[in-house]
Amino acid sequence: MQYLDFEQQILEIDTRLADVNADVTRSDTEKKEETSRLIKKKEKTIESIYTNLTPWQKSAVARHENRPHTSDYINSIFQNFSILSGDRAFADDKAIIGGFAEFDGQTVMVIGHEKGHDTESRLAHNFGMAKPEGYRKAIRLMKLAEQFNVPVITLVDTAGAFPGMEGEERGQGQAIAASTEACLDLKVPLICCIIGEGGSGGAIALASGNKVLMLENSIYSVISPEGCASILWKDAKMASKAAEILNLTATDLLRLGIIDEVVPEPLGGAHRYPQETMGALASAIKKHLDSLKSHTPDELKTMRHDKFLAMTRLPEE
Amino acid sequence: MNWLSRLTRPTVKKAATQKDIPNNYWDRCPDCGAMLFHAEIEKADFVCPYCDHHFRLPVLKRFEMLFDRGEFTLIQLPKVKEDPLKFADLEKYTDRLKKARKKTKHEDAIQVAHGHIGGHATVVGVFDFAFMGGSMGTAVGEAIITASQLALLQEAALILIPASGGARMQEGMLSLMQMARTTIAVKKLKTKRLPYITILSDPTMGGVTASFAMLGDVAFAEPGAAIGFAGKRVIEQIVREKLPANFQQASYLLDHGMIDQVVHRKDLKKALINILNLLHKQ
Repeated sequence: MQYLDFEQQILEIDTRLADVNADVTRSDTEKKEETSRLIKKKEKTIESIYTNLTPWQKSAVARHENRPHTSDYINSIFQNFSILSGDRAFADDKAIIGGFAEFDGQTVMVIGHEKGHDTESRLAHNFGMAKPEGYRKAIRLMKLAEQFNVPVITLVDTAGAFPGMEGEERGQGQAIAASTEACLDLKVPLICCIIGEGGSGGAIALASGNKVLMLENSIYSVISPEGCASILWKDAKMASKAAEILNLTATDLLRLGIIDEVVPEPLGGAHRYPQETMGALASAIKKHLDSLKSHTPDELKTMRHDKFLAMTRLPEE
Repeated sequence: MNWLSRLTRPTVKKAATQKDIPNNYWDRCPDCGAMLFHAEIEKADFVCPYCDHHFRLPVLKRFEMLFDRGEFTLIQLPKVKEDPLKFADLEKYTDRLKKARKKTKHEDAIQVAHGHIGGHATVVGVFDFAFMGGSMGTAVGEAIITASQLALLQEAALILIPASGGARMQEGMLSLMQMARTTIAVKKLKTKRLPYITILSDPTMGGVTASFAMLGDVAFAEPGAAIGFAGKRVIEQIVREKLPANFQQASYLLDHGMIDQVVHRKDLKKALINILNLLHKQ
């Protein structure tokens, strides 16, 4: 487990817990008592840290390497996943993965950014930074979902679209625009979940849905705090300040009317409690899927358009 | 309240020439280095007479050049919540806005006008790069939605001419949402078979490229215009190799199938009228 810099107190307790367990000079009763004392202390420490996370600390939690990724969700809250690959034009971009699966007893399409979990898989998935072919695969999958009249669930977790020469060559901007457009025009329910990082255009391309849900410690931003700091302050060290003013946390974005629901994570974060977090998200998805069930295909599209058009607008006098 | 009532008392401009800049000062062409009298550049529609470098065009001059007889009506754009995030870095966002308004004499980074082009009812939205790099925040998003609604109402064609570094950081996620909102706005024209034409001018980048700018039914670009998603310097740091000489320039996008035509400014109106004649039946 990777400990974040503000989790050092937790690391110390965990180290002591391991020491106590390994201590052959102590009796089992002693060990048990000390362990339960330390566990209580740990719970308190986690609570005090996690109830007061700053936006910059939340950014670190959102990017934590042990945080459940799209593939973890696919393995855990979806069943009978059948992967669909390629954009049918150029390549298969593994930064975005997707396919048909079962969710709550019905067939759905699940599409998400995948960051990978170790060096090899991170390279294979390009750290979750998609190229145009990734977004074009997403478009193909969304249209396929519409053809079979099944809901689409997207899982957003990307630092952003890949900034590179090949991306520009093949129309990164056009691919993102077209993917956003495909989201907006879908005639099936579209539920978008920000599970980690929602990095700018690369995120909104998969997040223009009927309902946009965010895990409590995920972030969604027009630019990374580091990028913002280096442009506006010419100093990447101002990232924590940038994270504050960008309003990139789930609670900020709920208040601003950008997202529809904050899905709480257990104290200690999704990286400590992956199963509980994934379960909480599954319940939220189910609730929203049920609420959209009764709408016609045209209504689903119109509702989505109206929602985004009303966003950021001054209330009418 | 009907949205149209927001478009209160339009201003009619006829051949409004901006005289802010004294005509006796010199400009250096960034491409060929020629020293040019400002008056000379202005007379040549802001194109270098020696190398065809396209300078950025003042917004009103752009309208004047495109609309028949230089006649157009600027529409009053909807008000939006100013500084929704109370954003301040080294400078307050409200101060940046004040400065930009003083410099450009415009409320935000886009102006919208309607009139006729080759006899076709047309709504045109032009970005002003001088206003905070033409960045797209809520005001720009709302303006594009208004332009689209006006085009629908008038059964007019819509032309958008971006010159923008992308989304406006100072409005955070509210800016990002304009990508979805403008996408919906331009999409609405398609159902009525009204043409939506883009003229990508220098520069068209970031969240603007990744939304309405790349969704034109017909996409023109001005010669030499920088058009792309990620910034060139960011990409250079990543690839660590030399990028093609015309990387992210209009001709590069044409070569890679991303736009339809690169059109010289002197031919732009003719090209627009031609496509409007073909697509916009009245």
